[in-house]
Formats: sequence, structure tokens, C-alpha cells
Amino acid sequence: MTDPPVPYRVLDTRPETADTVTFRLAPAGRALPPFAPGQFAMLYAFGVGEAPVSVAGILPDSGLMHTVRAVGAVSRALHRLRSGDVVGVRGPFGTGWDLPLAAGDDLLVVAGGIGLAPLRPLVQAVLAAPQGYGRLNVLVGARSPDDLLYREELGGWALPYCGVTVDRAGAGWPGRVGLVTALLDQARFSPAETTAFICGPEVMIRATARELLHRGVLPQRILISLERNMHCATGHCGHCQLGPLLLCRDGPVVGYDRAEHLLTVREL
Amino acid sequence: MPSATTTRDPAPPACVLDRQGLDALVQALRARGRTVIGPTHRGGAIVLEELRSAAELPYGWGVELDGGHYRVVRREDEAAFAHSAGPQSWKNYLLPERVRQWTADRAPDGELTVRQERHPPASYAFLGVRPCDLRAIAIQDRVLLGGWHRDDAYQARRNGAFLIAVECTEPGATCFCVSMGTGPAAGPGYDIALTEVLDETGHRFLARAGTAEGAEVLAGLPQRDADAATRTAAAEAVESAAGRMGRSMPPVDLHTLMASSLEAERWDEVASRCLTCGNCTMACPTCFCTTTEDITDLTGDHAERWSRWESCYDLDFSHLPGGPVRQSGRSRYRQWLTHKLGTWWDQFGSSGCVGCGRCIVWCPVAIDITEEAHALHQEQLARRAAGEGTP
Repeated sequence: MTDPPVPYRVLDTRPETADTVTFRLAPAGRALPPFAPGQFAMLYAFGVGEAPVSVAGILPDSGLMHTVRAVGAVSRALHRLRSGDVVGVRGPFGTGWDLPLAAGDDLLVVAGGIGLAPLRPLVQAVLAAPQGYGRLNVLVGARSPDDLLYREELGGWALPYCGVTVDRAGAGWPGRVGLVTALLDQARFSPAETTAFICGPEVMIRATARELLHRGVLPQRILISLERNMHCATGHCGHCQLGPLLLCRDGPVVGYDRAEHLLTVREL
Repeated sequence: MPSATTTRDPAPPACVLDRQGLDALVQALRARGRTVIGPTHRGGAIVLEELRSAAELPYGWGVELDGGHYRVVRREDEAAFAHSAGPQSWKNYLLPERVRQWTADRAPDGELTVRQERHPPASYAFLGVRPCDLRAIAIQDRVLLGGWHRDDAYQARRNGAFLIAVECTEPGATCFCVSMGTGPAAGPGYDIALTEVLDETGHRFLARAGTAEGAEVLAGLPQRDADAATRTAAAEAVESAAGRMGRSMPPVDLHTLMASSLEAERWDEVASRCLTCGNCTMACPTCFCTTTEDITDLTGDHAERWSRWESCYDLDFSHLPGGPVRQSGRSRYRQWLTHKLGTWWDQFGSSGCVGCGRCIVWCPVAIDITEEAHALHQEQLARRAAGEGTP
């Protein structure tokens, strides 16, 4: 299946931070199969190209929400989208967050920067059916208060623990400053019965996963979402390799038991 | 030809074609509407091209191969298939270098119409597929058709390809199909397999069908039943080829060797020679990596998506917003070799190397995949010895 992109219309766009924008899409005609939290879409900006972008929200009537940081030609073109514009979408691709694995467990959702975007639909799914899980903890790290995604929404989540920390505080930041791992002391979880979901820069993922292992969380219960430059998303182009893994197919969500030794090799 | 009444014999019936019979084969395939592609001598190399008659085959030409070295040489006999792998492979036809995938048009109101490219059905006959290359085709099938997503355009080209394998009787100095288990005898997957025999009795080809269509094509050719002498001569020629391989891989599990060699010192040594030019990936019959190109016309309202061969040696191949993951030549050579011999198993259930030797021949600085595997093996043995020596 090498299907071409399906047209989706932009419903609205909202600047999230200085370099990040959130937009909602609805199928212009035919809809793609449903996406699961943790999966990604290939978003096509007309004439510019495609970029892999995780779903930040799964909306009614096959709608999608995406949060995109401007880092290259395609994402800059996506930033120029206005309500009513049309983009191409392919997907869903990749492994999602394995929520059934976490049934009955305490949940640790740990996000760094834009890494909160693929975790948002996971949090929503758990909040919609909280009885299936133990305590839900959300730990968020960002470079600065201005780089925090979904600020208002974060405050509205009814959670046993929701912690936010920044690398550099600006004036008037009453919250914490430091690494996201420092929030683990406040989080409420029993390590042996915990599933963790981590997304962020690789260095933050490694540090968080190491700390969780140290605290007794099982490596196969630490799920991480990894980033590579997918071109085809169908396992045919070779770009998203991480050692034995083709991350468009075997990822982006991978168990730390499989990923740990791969993340310790430089330039793999 | 023995008829269907002799189906007790599990071995497919064989027949013998002479040179006229071989030409009749080419003509029969052309008459069936197929474009016959095969080896021919042009521009100082044995290249793959459309053949209009079997007379275009490189009768009497052989090749002299070594690391970074390729010469066409005159043979003393008139053999047609006494040359090993050339600069191209069948992927040039099955997975062409550049393919348009879809086009998109934008209406004034912004509406997008996307049209999938409809490829005209290709109908090839490949004449002279070496056993190593037969395996290479099977490996690319697995990559492009064996997963959750299928490359439909590849599938169409592949379905339309009629494969005539020619067993290897003259291996080159860079060949190592025996250690990869891919030759010199033809494995499964062919429509017709030929073995060239040239002796005092004459120049002829032992032919077997591997599919119903292959049997049908053979049945229509001028031929005679296979005699014992031809069968024996063919078997001996292939067996003799197996003993004359120019190269070999270390006799270890290469998958495990690669997985345990990610931090080997040898990568620095090979990186000091490797130009990261990507020639090996272009010449390799299994390398499948592609990139995408998005283009627009001058109106800006018509866009196209093309896929194009790409090499893991390109710096941009591992591009991420923070910069390429594999910045050093060391890491890019390591990616290629460990993928080819190691992680290919994890991803697609087989090795990615078929032992054709093209990467050795077409490397401008003569880097030799078998030498590198041996060096990594030696380094592993030395590491183990040192580990065991220290309490």
C-alpha cells in the first residue's frame, strides 16, 4: 500500500509557542483509517514535501490535531497554513502507545518539549476510562515557561500528580526549575506496577528511562517514542533505521528493553 | 519434451538448446510481447540492455575483476555467459532509479486533487539472471512486498518479469556466492534455468522450466532431450565453479558478528579509506533505499512526488532537525555493512548480501566487504582472547 495523500482541510490553527503551532484537520472527502495515540501521520504541504508528525489529538468524525515545531522547509510551510487550506495526509503509521500493556498499572507520562504532543491523546484516552488504570502521573519538562505546550489544558487535567519543570525560568515563573527526572520524587507510583510513556529529546529519554530502571520499573514497561526522518513511512525507504529497527514500522514507540543498547551507541 | 504423463519424476524435465535455440528463445519471448533484457558488450563493460536477438549476447567475452578493477577480456572460447556480475543489476529495471509516485493539482479554492501514478504494465524477460542475482530479486521482493505495506508499482513490474536464470560456470575473482549460500547453482524463483556447456561435443545450453509458463515457452523451441553427457557436463561445470570462488566470508554467523562489532576499532581503519561515495550501494543488487523529491511546475499549482535511489552514505540520509545522526564516515560505513550482513536479518529475515562482489569491484578505493568481515571477526577473536586472558 503506497497510497497517495488524502486531502484534509484545516479547521483552525493556534500558535502554541514562539516556534510551535497547533492545527486541527478534518477530511475534505474520504477519511483515513482511525489513528491511535502514539501513531504518526505523514503531512504533505503542497509542493514542498512531507514530514512525519505524531497525532496530538484524535477528534470526532476522523478529525486530527497536530502540533508542529518549525524546524525545516515542510514544517515552516505547515506553519503558514490558515483555516480552510488543504493539506495531504497519509497514515496511520507506526506502533502506538501500548495502553493494554498498562492495564491496572500506575501510569507515568513523561514529556520533554514537543514530546508532550504525542502523549496528549494518551492522557486523554486514560482520562476517558480511568477505571482501567492505577494512578496517572504527568511530568512535563520544557526549555522555558514560554515553551510549554497546552498550558491551559494541563491545568485542567484532574490527575493524582501533574508536575511541570523548566530549564530556565523567566520572571514570574512560580514553578520548578530543573530536569524532569527531579519530578519523579513527587509522582505517585509503585515502580513494580508501573508503565511509563516517555517522549522528548533522546538525551532526556535516556536519563528518564535510566532513573526509572534504577527505581525498579521494568524495562519492557518503559515505552519510549523515538524520532527518525521517515520518508515513506511504509518500511521501504530505509531512512528511519535504528540498528535492527525500522522506526516507521517497529516504532516510533519502542520498549526500552529493545531500545536501551541501541541508544548507547553513538551515531547508530 | 517429456509430457505431463511423466510427473512422477520430481525433477523438472530438461532439454538442450543450441545457439539457434537460444535465439529462438529470445524471439519467442519478444513474440509474446516481452522486452528481453540481457547482458551485452558495450563501452568496455558487460551491461544489461534490451536484446533484439541472442547474437547481441557477449559471446567470447569474459571479465577480469578485482577490488576497484573491472576489465572486459577476450576469451579463447565463444561462451555467452562466462562473465560475472556487471555494473548494473536487475533492480535497475524492477526498482528504477527514479519513479513518479503521484501528482497533485491545487484548484483556485485550495482544493487538492491527488492522482496515484498508474504505471503501464511492464513485461520484461530477464535473460542471464545469475543465481546470486536471482536471490537478490527474492530479497528485494521481501523488502518491498513482504511487509504490512506493499509497493504496488514494484509488484506490477515484478509480476511482469519472466526470469531466465543462467547458472554460474565462470566465477570472478570477487565472487563469494558459495559463502552466502546463493550460488553457483540456481535456487528457486526462475521461469527457466540454463546451464551453458562448451566442450568438444559443441556449444549448448541445458534448460529446465521452473514454472508452467517457462515449460510452455521451452516447449515451443527447437530443442532436443537432455542427454546424459550434457547433464553431467553441466553439473560438473557448476560444481567446478563452486570450487573457484575468488573470495569468501569468515565461516561465522555474520548477523551475530555485526551485532557484537558496533564499537570495533576496524571502523576507524576502513573509514580512513572510504570516500562515502555510495558506489557500493548503487551497484548492490539488494540496496533499496530511496528518498523522495517534491517538485512543482511554473504555475505552482501542479506538484509531483518522485522517489529516487538514495544511499546511506549521503550525509542527509540520517537528517534530523538537530543535524544528521550519522555524521562520520565511520558511522555511515558501519551502517551499510552492519545492515547488509546483520540487521537485515532482523528487519527482513535474511542476509542482505548475496555474494555477487559488485561492491568490491565498483569501490573506487577497493574496499572489500569480505576483507572487512574477516577483520571484524579477527578483532572479535582478539577481544575474546584478551578478555579470557585477564582474570
